[in-house]
Amino acid sequence: MTEMNLVQAINRTLRDAMREDPNVLLLGEDIGVNGGVFRATDGLIKEFGPDRVIDTPLSETGIIGTAIGMALYGLKPIAEIQFLDFIYPAFDQIVSELAKFRYRSGGQYPAHVVIRSPYGGGIRGGLYHSQSTEAYFCHTPGIKVVVPSTPADGRGLLLSAIDDADPVLFLEPKRIYRSLTGEVPEGADRIPFGRARVVREGSDVSVFAYGAMVPPAVEAAETLGQEGISAEVVDLRTLVPLDEAAVIESVEKTGRAVIVHEAARFCGFGAELAALLSEKALYSLKAPVARVTGFDTPFPYALENVYLPNADRITHAAKTAVRVS
Amino acid sequence: MAEPGVPPRPAAKTTAEPFPDEALVDVYRLMVLARVTDERCLMLQRQGRIGFYAPLMGQEAAQIGASRALAPQDWVFPAYRELAVALARGVSLRAIFDQLLGNADDAIKGRQMPNHFGFRDVNFVVASSPIGTQITQAVGAAMAAQRRHDSIVTIAFFGDGATSSNDFHAGLNFAGVFQTPTIFFCQNNQWAISMPRERQTRSATLAEKASAYGFPGVLVDGNDVRAVYEAVRDARSRALSGLGPTLIEAEVYRFGPHSTSDDPKRYRTDEQLNAAKERDPIGRLKAELVAAGKWSEDSDHALWEDSRHQVAQTFEAAEKARPLDPRSIFEDVFATPTPRLSEERTEFDALLRDGVLKP
Repeated sequence: MTEMNLVQAINRTLRDAMREDPNVLLLGEDIGVNGGVFRATDGLIKEFGPDRVIDTPLSETGIIGTAIGMALYGLKPIAEIQFLDFIYPAFDQIVSELAKFRYRSGGQYPAHVVIRSPYGGGIRGGLYHSQSTEAYFCHTPGIKVVVPSTPADGRGLLLSAIDDADPVLFLEPKRIYRSLTGEVPEGADRIPFGRARVVREGSDVSVFAYGAMVPPAVEAAETLGQEGISAEVVDLRTLVPLDEAAVIESVEKTGRAVIVHEAARFCGFGAELAALLSEKALYSLKAPVARVTGFDTPFPYALENVYLPNADRITHAAKTAVRVS
Repeated sequence: MAEPGVPPRPAAKTTAEPFPDEALVDVYRLMVLARVTDERCLMLQRQGRIGFYAPLMGQEAAQIGASRALAPQDWVFPAYRELAVALARGVSLRAIFDQLLGNADDAIKGRQMPNHFGFRDVNFVVASSPIGTQITQAVGAAMAAQRRHDSIVTIAFFGDGATSSNDFHAGLNFAGVFQTPTIFFCQNNQWAISMPRERQTRSATLAEKASAYGFPGVLVDGNDVRAVYEAVRDARSRALSGLGPTLIEAEVYRFGPHSTSDDPKRYRTDEQLNAAKERDPIGRLKAELVAAGKWSEDSDHALWEDSRHQVAQTFEAAEKARPLDPRSIFEDVFATPTPRLSEERTEFDALLRDGVLKP
């Protein structure tokens, strides 16, 4: 075990995966000589050379299109998209090509590409360095969507992503790249996809979160605890595949659900969770499902502090849910 | 510019010979088979026996000439009009018809519209409908081959319309920067559905676009099977020698509609079409073979008859194949189904069992 932050955990894990498997290679903008704008790939070009840490021209469709070709050929490319906000030039390659290759070829041509991308707000990045648009990708069959919330999960989930046989969008909460540290195992322990983590057990209300929203959810649970409300915090970890059983089990216990994400509310991932609860846990619910999310506005720059969900909003929503029932 | 860290690849063996004359008759047979297949499929679509078809007529020499310059280990990234490339790679007519029908023998399990086939055993990557997306993928596969030190090339097939796409620019740009062993084979058939070639670009030729990416662009008469063969052969040789990519523009003319859903009378005249048909690659090669004493009217008549018979018989046999199992729609989304997919499949089974869903 070593104490490190999320960026360090990602960096170490990429290094270890590349040492272990010569087919693993990285490509993206500024990832080589510069080590990535967040330094997630710092030093890797020195160890593995420019053939395996490829600084590409500035084109996301070029990055993902070539990564797909590499994967079809049998390599294991890990592509970095510098900010999730800049992924759209590659949207066609991701949703029309990458996610459909296995299916549209009748299983002949699987395309295992891992796409790493920092996402989310809280760094004063404005419209184009802050968005949390995971739902676009969760809506596309054929690609898995993973969001770690701790350095240890960053390692365990990234190792699983690299092992997986299918495309994985690996979203890194840049707001907690450096602000949190934690013990990270040094071995090859994978965290399997589709297993949520109960961060904190509780009996009165379930708070579902992922990525950078887990810390404020935990903070809210602590506040609620001081006021006699026992909140359970569940970190979903992987949105596709979703650990539906964990979501249902928690609500069967608490009877109340607060869903937290940074993304806009309308058609956000929380809508899927709310639908799941209405389909499979309706009779356990004692209060309406609450969503604490970004508002249905574009992501604001100067006022991001009032846009992003925080512990106070989560606490408020949880108390309301408890009060109505 | 050699890419830093990529060791030089072994030099390609020289392939400076012209197209072997004795192979021309074989090429001609294949061109006729492709033409007959096209004619038959247009009719089958009108009869409602297949749902859709995108004919290649007019592009036979370009497709077969290019294919003959490739090696089996090369990787083909086709668009959806490359039926003659598939035939030239050795795909059976039956396998193609199975795909057009989406029956139980279809290699892609009925997942896509006709013409969007893929055959891994001959390195013919599965096509898609979005325009140009295969271009960057072909470059990526070439980058992988470079890293594996495999002596192969990748070739992307696309049309004049695709030269306006994002992936054309990105793909050629990456290929130039990384000096990949890639051939960009543009069949300029003059039409992107209804838009003529002049409406795609102000460039005098499509081939000249290569110079902006730092590698050669070659303009070739796509109705001349030998010229196409030689252009691809030379591009392949350059690529294998580590000299990087080549863009080839093969000038052809799309004789048919864009697809069976298209009516070209809305945007082009019979005069234009008839003028283009004067340069029909099949008539041209036939005349050449007859003049050289290698072919006769009798053998030609027999070839067309035999091809029609073969196509009709093969299609009828494919029509008799079993239909797809409806449950197969849940396969190949992921290597292992997610719990949600398994649950949906169970739900689907119940709908079938209860007769709510009728396949």
